[in-house]
Amino acid sequence: MKTFPIAALMFLFCLAPAHAGKTLDQVRQRAQLVCGVSTGVIGFSSADSQGRWNGLDADVCRAIAAAVLNDPAKVKYVPRNAQQRCTALQSGEGDLLSRNTTWTLTRDASLGLHFTAVTYYDGQGFLVPKKLKITSAKQLKNAEICVQSGTTTEKNLGDWFKAQGIKVKPVVFEKFEASIKAFFSGRCQAYTTDASALAFIRSKEAPKPDDYIVLPELISKEPLGPVVRRGDDEWFAIVKWGIFALIEAEEYGITQANVEQMKSGTDPAILRLLGSAEDSGKLLGLERDWAARAIKAVGNYGEMFQRNVGSASPLQLPRGLNALWSKGGLMYAPPVR
Amino acid sequence: MQGRRARQLGIQALLAAALLAALWWLLAVTSANMAERGIRSGFDFLTEPAGFAIGESLLAFESTDSALWALAAGLANTLRVALPAIAASTLLGTLIGLGRLSPNLLLRGLCAAYVETLRNLPLLLQLLAWYFVVTDLLPLGSRALQLAPHVFLSKSGLAMPWLGGESGLLDLPLRGEMNIVGGATLTPEFLALFLGLSLYTAAYVAETVRAGIQAVPRGQSEAALALGLTRVQLFRLVLLPQALRSIVPPLTNQHLSLTKNASLAVAIGYPDLVSVANTTLNQTGRAAECIALIMAVYLILSLITAWLSAWLERRSGRWAERS
Repeated sequence: MKTFPIAALMFLFCLAPAHAGKTLDQVRQRAQLVCGVSTGVIGFSSADSQGRWNGLDADVCRAIAAAVLNDPAKVKYVPRNAQQRCTALQSGEGDLLSRNTTWTLTRDASLGLHFTAVTYYDGQGFLVPKKLKITSAKQLKNAEICVQSGTTTEKNLGDWFKAQGIKVKPVVFEKFEASIKAFFSGRCQAYTTDASALAFIRSKEAPKPDDYIVLPELISKEPLGPVVRRGDDEWFAIVKWGIFALIEAEEYGITQANVEQMKSGTDPAILRLLGSAEDSGKLLGLERDWAARAIKAVGNYGEMFQRNVGSASPLQLPRGLNALWSKGGLMYAPPVR
Repeated sequence: MQGRRARQLGIQALLAAALLAALWWLLAVTSANMAERGIRSGFDFLTEPAGFAIGESLLAFESTDSALWALAAGLANTLRVALPAIAASTLLGTLIGLGRLSPNLLLRGLCAAYVETLRNLPLLLQLLAWYFVVTDLLPLGSRALQLAPHVFLSKSGLAMPWLGGESGLLDLPLRGEMNIVGGATLTPEFLALFLGLSLYTAAYVAETVRAGIQAVPRGQSEAALALGLTRVQLFRLVLLPQALRSIVPPLTNQHLSLTKNASLAVAIGYPDLVSVANTTLNQTGRAAECIALIMAVYLILSLITAWLSAWLERRSGRWAERS
């Protein structure tokens, strides 16, 4: 219910005149990047007990703040729920939305937004109790499936089971906690959301993780990535290339630890990326060491992944599709040159 | 007299015109700003396929049906819970209200305790509590309790035979592989919402009824008793007709609140109008349109209720005069 007055307010915000100035100027002027994040998705964006935001999405905010303001701490994190997120950004609230948001045609083409780049390739899966002895999502005939509202999840569910000719009953909850509680109390025979979140739910929320399994099927493509408002191509380019620089850093083996050292290396491509050779920052309206600052703040994409969702995190997600293209994954950055 | 009336009419017309102009301005500026930011607007999405399924629906709904039909199914679900809850809360509230006036100390105390407890706890909390009590206590769908032939109770809800179905006249619920299949089901979401709304609103109705009866001057009941009327006659012929006049208007408010409170359904997974509209909003991104639609529907529902109540008031006034 809380989203309602807020969404209504957003509606009123549409009345305010559109910003004439550039996002970059505004960010510099207020010396702060306003970043829309989730209300708490472990591994992507969640606040710890000290109020520090952690996760892959939060690190994207940090990297952009470092590139633009030379300080990864100058970020104001604004938690947004699934319903608010796009409306808030459209209405001029925040510079960037970095909140596990799926890139779809409808969102890209009709919401006044631009998706910048993909930071995580996800897919929708199912979590089921082991004792149901189900091994495939195709066996979920007549099952009740708990799902949280405000995502692409409900539509994928509708599409996939329609295509399979199977009837299921979604039970849609507004709050994550309620949906989880209902599933673990046995109200539903399955829980569905993005596979990355299922791993977390199984390991952290289940009374006994071993009593539950994640089914092998992924029923959708969920490319997640940061979003910016339309109408500011320069800012769009900064966020996009900020992410590409982190991916390219992994390709070249530049890490948080060795970035300073690499600045005085011999590889022209690395020197170019780190601003020791040509000034790529000038083209984006940034300083020449913009990429080096971002890498120094959060590490390369691989380090971000390991720390937040990979082997060094509670989620223990495999790289899978999110490995570099040269290692069988989909992470590929256009060249920074 | 004539001049004053004309002046009043004139002021009202001016106000209405100003309001309409403000509304028009709001719409014009909003749509201009949205167009400037490249945000698609309009209600064309209503005729497109909804794309999502609805867990339970009075109206037959499939994901290929239009978004408009999805919203209609949501509205039907809102009414499906609000109307029975209005009836139940009115009945229960009246009984409790009368109980608060009972000469029996225990009954009076119990009714007072009910009102104070239910009225002073937030409704959302009560709904969640009911919901989790219902789902925690009931057995799993695969191990449903059989209450009667073809009547099953489980975490999936209360399944019972219903008209229609694929087989012909009667659709019987049967044990499926992991769930009860067929028949009509009252889901835990519906039951929790119905219970929560009815019990909560009943507390307010009880207070309305008690106040209405106490508003009838004491002399009336004393006179009636002195005339030799029994307690039942006293209540039916003297108290009720007079009390109804002061009960009906605030009672309407309670019914209106109940209908609007039904939108809390979204917290416990019942697919009411707001829940479905929220999903539609998310799939299409048409925030302003969806919220305007929800507001319009609730406004219409409230106006209908108010109109019905005004009609009832006129009728009860006449009834009081006749008796």
